[in-house]
Amino acid sequence: MEEILIKLGYTLASLFLIFNYGMLLMGFVQKIVARVHGRIGPPFWQPYVNILKTLSMRTSVSHGIMFYLGPVFRLTGGIGLYLLIPAVFGSVWLQNFSFNGDLILVVYFIFFGMLGMALGAGESSHPYSPMGVMRGLSLTTASEVPFALAIISLAAQYHTLSITDIVAAQQGGIMHWSMMTNPVATAAGMLSFLGMMMHSPFDLHIAPQEIPIGPPTEYHSSFLGLMQGNRAFFASAKLILFMNLFFGGATSIPVMVVKTFLLFMFCIFVGVVFPRYKVEQAIRWFLKVPTLIGILAIGIYAL
Amino acid sequence: MMSEEVKESQEKENRDIIETEELTYADYFCSAVPQSVSPKAGKVIQKFYNWAQANSLWVLGFGTGCGSIEIPPLYTARYDVSRYGIFPRPTPRQASVFIISGYASVKTLKRIIRSYEQMQNPKFVMGLGSCTINGGMYFDSYNTINRLDYYLPVDVYIAGCMPRPEALIAGFNKLKELIKEGKAEGANLYAENFEWYKANQKKVIKDWNMPDYNW
Repeated sequence: MEEILIKLGYTLASLFLIFNYGMLLMGFVQKIVARVHGRIGPPFWQPYVNILKTLSMRTSVSHGIMFYLGPVFRLTGGIGLYLLIPAVFGSVWLQNFSFNGDLILVVYFIFFGMLGMALGAGESSHPYSPMGVMRGLSLTTASEVPFALAIISLAAQYHTLSITDIVAAQQGGIMHWSMMTNPVATAAGMLSFLGMMMHSPFDLHIAPQEIPIGPPTEYHSSFLGLMQGNRAFFASAKLILFMNLFFGGATSIPVMVVKTFLLFMFCIFVGVVFPRYKVEQAIRWFLKVPTLIGILAIGIYAL
Repeated sequence: MMSEEVKESQEKENRDIIETEELTYADYFCSAVPQSVSPKAGKVIQKFYNWAQANSLWVLGFGTGCGSIEIPPLYTARYDVSRYGIFPRPTPRQASVFIISGYASVKTLKRIIRSYEQMQNPKFVMGLGSCTINGGMYFDSYNTINRLDYYLPVDVYIAGCMPRPEALIAGFNKLKELIKEGKAEGANLYAENFEWYKANQKKVIKDWNMPDYNW
């Protein structure tokens, strides 16, 4: 019983940490993007104010049970993904619920929230929602192909599907990181990472400048608040996942912060430099070079 | 010349379309009359909420008249309203500020009302340009409305033809003050005087082929 309570406490603390980290990260990124545009940009605490504002709305309209559950599934996907990944290697409380074979479950959880969201957005009956869902799902599916290939390559390299074991195998300096020992898989993974982070050039489905804002067209008030909260979890969970797989993981919170921040900057700078792709362009792009690199990465370990 | 029979059958067809539209509307929209919602939280928390509302203004991306040309510069490097927590929002569901930019023709007014009603409480309206105050240079037009607050509760007016983006920013600051003081209760005002607003709207909109209220 005591063990369960301690684990619960660790989990809540871990979630609290990652939520605030994600929110601050989003705030700083807004600021950095604004500076690239030559603007001053919103204050870094703006994401908190936005969530507070959505929660303080006095009315909301529901379109049915699935509409309610959409943001809940989304949040479950974000939190579930984070809790299956060890955030800091060797830490007791930031180890989360990582276990052998969790890589397969993690790949599934990345998709879980999106599917739930698709059902919820579908029930809103707004024609723009299914359009956004279709675009989003096809884009994510395409970006997962090179990611899956990179993971298979890593699994072949380390003979395990446990993220903790993969991180453990990379300890002992930069020369042990997958980035150095398996650069081909890292290249495929990092190209797919651009698509998974949903930043430009792969953010057509949620771009406000497009005709619809995408799946959340009908979501408002506290529904939207939940989804904004999930963004903090989801973004940081994916950053931590890539850090663990390719860049040696982290042995302390500052190392984790520095590595994930730099990883995020990779996709932010690609985003501010390259304009948005259309969905069909993005899918073609993912299925050409990154997929070929992924196949090559497997080929190297198969031979 | 159209024969009587053709005319009659066309009218019947139009009636049928409107009836079937009403049926479909029932699935998508709530046509119940809006209710005034008083703040549920305590005084201190409400003040905090008002602060959050004022510092995160989401503007509906719907340019209703010529004045909408003044809105895009707000988001560019020269004026950059994002530093005040003001962002564009593409859907009325998520927006909290509606800028009626310049003259509102009767045809647009219909869309304005539908968009306004889909926004959630609390919501704020800003009238941009003289046309929203007294008709401006279109005061004697057959097809534009002269005074916006007969049709929607307006929180802030920005006079001028056209007001510059700086004037718009000044208007935003005034709106923020009103929200923080708890004086921007347009959504409740609309609900409380619903019949008066509806009567005014129906006086100018002749082809009222939509539900009385839709959110």
